[in-house]
Order: sequence, then structure tokens, then C-alpha cells
Amino acid sequence: MSAVPAILGRRSTGERVRGGAFYALLVFSISVGFLLLGTLLVDVFRKGVPFLDWVLLNNPPSASPEKAGARPAILGTIYMMGLLLLMAVPVGVGTALYLEEYADRERWYNRVLEINIQNLAAVPSIVYGILGLAFLVRGLGLGRVLLAGAMILTLLVLPIVIVSSREAIRAVPDSIRQGAYALGATQWQVISRQVLPAAIPGIATGSILALARAIGETAPLLLVGALTYVAIDPTILGQFTALPIQIFQWIARPQDDFKLLAAAGIIVLLAILLVMNAGAIWLRNRYQRRW
Amino acid sequence: MTVTDAAPAKITGIDPNVLVERSPRADDRPSREALFSVQDLTVRYGAVPALADVSLEIYRNYVTAFIGPSGCGKSTFIRCFNRMNDLIPSAVVEGTILYHGLDLYGHEVDPVEVRKRIGMVFQKPNPFPKTIFDNVAFGPRILSMDGPVEERVEKALREAALWDEVKDRLKASALSLSGGQQQRLCIARCLAVEPDVILMDEPASALDPISTTAIEDLMHRLKREYTIVIVTHNMQQAARVADMTAFFSVRVSEDGKQRTGVLIEYDETPTIFTKPNDKRTEDYVTGRFG
Repeated sequence: MSAVPAILGRRSTGERVRGGAFYALLVFSISVGFLLLGTLLVDVFRKGVPFLDWVLLNNPPSASPEKAGARPAILGTIYMMGLLLLMAVPVGVGTALYLEEYADRERWYNRVLEINIQNLAAVPSIVYGILGLAFLVRGLGLGRVLLAGAMILTLLVLPIVIVSSREAIRAVPDSIRQGAYALGATQWQVISRQVLPAAIPGIATGSILALARAIGETAPLLLVGALTYVAIDPTILGQFTALPIQIFQWIARPQDDFKLLAAAGIIVLLAILLVMNAGAIWLRNRYQRRW
Repeated sequence: MTVTDAAPAKITGIDPNVLVERSPRADDRPSREALFSVQDLTVRYGAVPALADVSLEIYRNYVTAFIGPSGCGKSTFIRCFNRMNDLIPSAVVEGTILYHGLDLYGHEVDPVEVRKRIGMVFQKPNPFPKTIFDNVAFGPRILSMDGPVEERVEKALREAALWDEVKDRLKASALSLSGGQQQRLCIARCLAVEPDVILMDEPASALDPISTTAIEDLMHRLKREYTIVIVTHNMQQAARVADMTAFFSVRVSEDGKQRTGVLIEYDETPTIFTKPNDKRTEDYVTGRFG
């Protein structure tokens, strides 16, 4: 203590303890997430890696663990994620653009729309499943097909895409819009050539989040008819299954080998998610701009 | 007016020589031709008038400066000339602005077409987050102007006195330029669409003195081909660059709640700075303004 120059003085012990305690709390918070995730990953990889082989990737499901694969489920998930991106991004970005660039906030219907979208994000996914069953599978007569699954997942993640796209669009400085308008650009030119390109990084981030949410969804897919046993490759208008459902089904089996197979399935699911994220991150970095 | 009677010693703050040097002389000036004729212009944001009853004429190939204290509506006023106020939902513009005799606020007038003819440079340099080339090429591209874009870009950059500094790195990001270069890039971007008028809203207020001088020199050269309107809170700058100066001030309502910009005096720059007619102008240009 005596080494501290008197001229600078010293904070009270209480202040220093509070600062230290806060830092400790932060370290604790990050450790919780990190340890849980780490444990999960280690466990999954330890069990799953031996089963991670061509049989898993290429074989249809089977009653014997040695021959069982997840090819229809993997393809089903990939198809669904592709369709999801094709549907959710244009609709989500379009909605976000309308709300940010065109909508008059004073109008009651725009406010209703906003509140609606915010509330949709909190609706349990099973409710979306019921909606899909009633409206898509039966109402529209689509049947229990992959397209219905993709559509219901699209509805499920649409609020995520909309909210993150709105934030990305709002983050484009108004000075950019004004600069473009001042050159005689029309509203469409301002949006398509300045606002959207500048918002792409944020939109890509939102799409990653949406994909990550959708890829693990099981409940709504069960309702719109994702089957646990599909032996043939899925088609858009055919019966289908998805990886989370396959994993769930394997885990529910009594044989221990199927549990290990489920771990291998989780690794595949993570790998697909990582590849999709990598694509979005590449897109984000390509368009990354500073102001 | 003549130059000889333009330098009484009572004015402090402004070097009279600056005025003598830069002031328009009757013999080499084109006869005044009104390009804009503003009549009884009032701008409201919601119910509150930001600017009331302004009437004046802007002359072709002149540099016209709007000066005045903060909140006097000079920026609001300059944004009326290219209908930028249309972008603010609550803004209402009353009165008329005739441009070549056409009412800019007439029903048949498309603001997008107005902005094509009447360019604008903003207070803070706002280059697009694109390359230097793409910034200048943006206007010609969206307007589908004929001829090679490269030529237009080079011409505009030369006019804006930026070509020599950037010709080797046209593909670099515009954001890598210094603030003064960015502002000249914004001027080049504006020139590339071949406007008739250039509106500048405090174009040098965010720049260092050297960049400011570069922009002012540019204005002197540009006024041969363009009509320039500039808002500035720097009186020396108005004295240096402007042929005509309009002084705006704030009128506070009786209850003190509403502050409305009004035009106090509009005249040739030397007159405004050396023998203004209105006491309020004199107080402002001599630095006595509260």
C-alpha cells in the first residue's frame, strides 16, 4: 500500500471488490455455456465418430445398426434448408424493406403488422406444426410432403429473418440514401443499389440464425408428416424425413448401437449447419463494409 | 455597386481586402439572370414553421451564400431547391420556387427529375461504400447517360480537382480517402450527372483549413459553368466565395416556444459585409450577435 504515490490516491476496497466480483461473474457466465457445449461435443464425438462412415451417409434406415444409414434424412434436411432459404430470405427481406423503407409508421395497419411479427417470434413451434397440418397439408391439400415441411419451417423462422433484416437495413446510414437521392435516383434505385448491398452482411447473419433454428426443429415436422422410416430419397412433393427426426427415433430405440448411431447423426447435422454457416459468413465478409 | 466604397474600417473580423479581391465587378459579370425565383416560401415540420415567407432570386453562374445562426432555417431552405425535404414525411412546403420559370412544387413535377438537374453536396462527406470509380459512376449509371462511363468519371474527377490524386487507385474504396478528398469526391459525383445547379450544405464545416481552401477554390472555378448555392456558418467563407449573400435569422414567437427562420437581408456580398441595411445583419457580421 505504501508504494502507491499519495498524489494519485486509491479507490476504496469496496470499489475494487465490486469490480473484481463483476469480472468473476462474467467469467462464470461464459464458462457455463462453454463447458456445457464442450461436454456435449466431446460426448457426441466420442460416441459417434466410430459410426461416422459411408454406410451412415449413403444407406437408408435399417433394423440392424450395422446397415442403418440416414441418407433420406440427410437429403431431406438439405432439401428443406435449401427451400427454406429460397422462401424465407426473399419474403423476410421484402417484409423488412417494406416496413423500413415504405411503410408509414403512423398507419394503424403497419403498426398491427409490426406487433404481429414480434409476437410470431414467440409462438411455440408446435403451434406452427398444427397450422401446417390444418392449412398446408389438409387445407391446401399438399399432403404430408417435404414442401409442406419446408413451408412450415419458413413460417417459423420468418420473424427471425425479418427482425434481423430490418436491423441491417436500419443500420445503413441515412446519409447514403440522401446522397443517392440527391443524384436523381428513384426509390427503387436507392434501395437496390445502395441500401440492399450495404445490408447484405446483416441479412446474411440473420439467415444463419434462421437456418440454425430451423435445422434442429422436430416438433412441427412431425405434425406435417415427416416419417421416421423413409427408405427412398426424398422429393419435394414426396414423403420425407429429416435428420433431427431420424436422430430422435434412433435414440428412442433400445439397442445401444443405435444410440451411438444417433451421435454420428448429430455430427452430420452439425456439419451441414457448419457448411451452411460458412457460406453465409463468406457472403457477409465479401460484402462487409465500414462507414 | 463599385469596389472602392466597399471597405469601411468599421467591420471587424472580415479582411476588407478579401472582399475587394473577390467581389464581382460589373464589367466582367454576365448580366443577372434569375435562375430560381422564390416567392413567399414557408416550410413547416408538422405544425411548426421552420422557415417563413422567404422571397429571393438566385442568379445564374453566381455563388449565392446563405448565412445565419443555428436554427435559422438556412439548411431547410437549401433543401427546398432540390426537393430533399420531400423525404421528411412531416415537412410541408408552401409558396413557390420557380426554376427557369417552372414551379418546382407543381403537381406535374417529379422530384426525381428535379434532383437530376439540381445536385447537392452535404455537410458531412457521404461517399457510398464502394470504389472511388463506382461512386462517380453511380449517377451516370442510374440515369443511363450515354457515352462511356469512364470518360464521364475522369471528366468529373478532373473538374473536382481530384483526378491527379486518385487516378492510380480508382478501384480503391472511397472510404480510404481523407475527409477533404471524400468531399471533393462527393462534388465529383454530383458533377458527373451534369447538373445545372450545385447546392452545398455547409460543405467545408467538417474539413480542415487546407481542404476548405481546396473546396473554395473549386467553387470559384465551378461557377463559370454552374450555379452554386452554399449554406455556411463561416462568414469569412461566405465573404470569400459568394457573389450574393442572404442573411437569415431566428424569429422567436411571443411565448418563446416557436423559433422560425426568416430572411433578414439579401444583397451583394460586399454590401452585406460592409454596409448592411439591417441592424441585425450588421450585428451578426460584426460578431455582436447574441
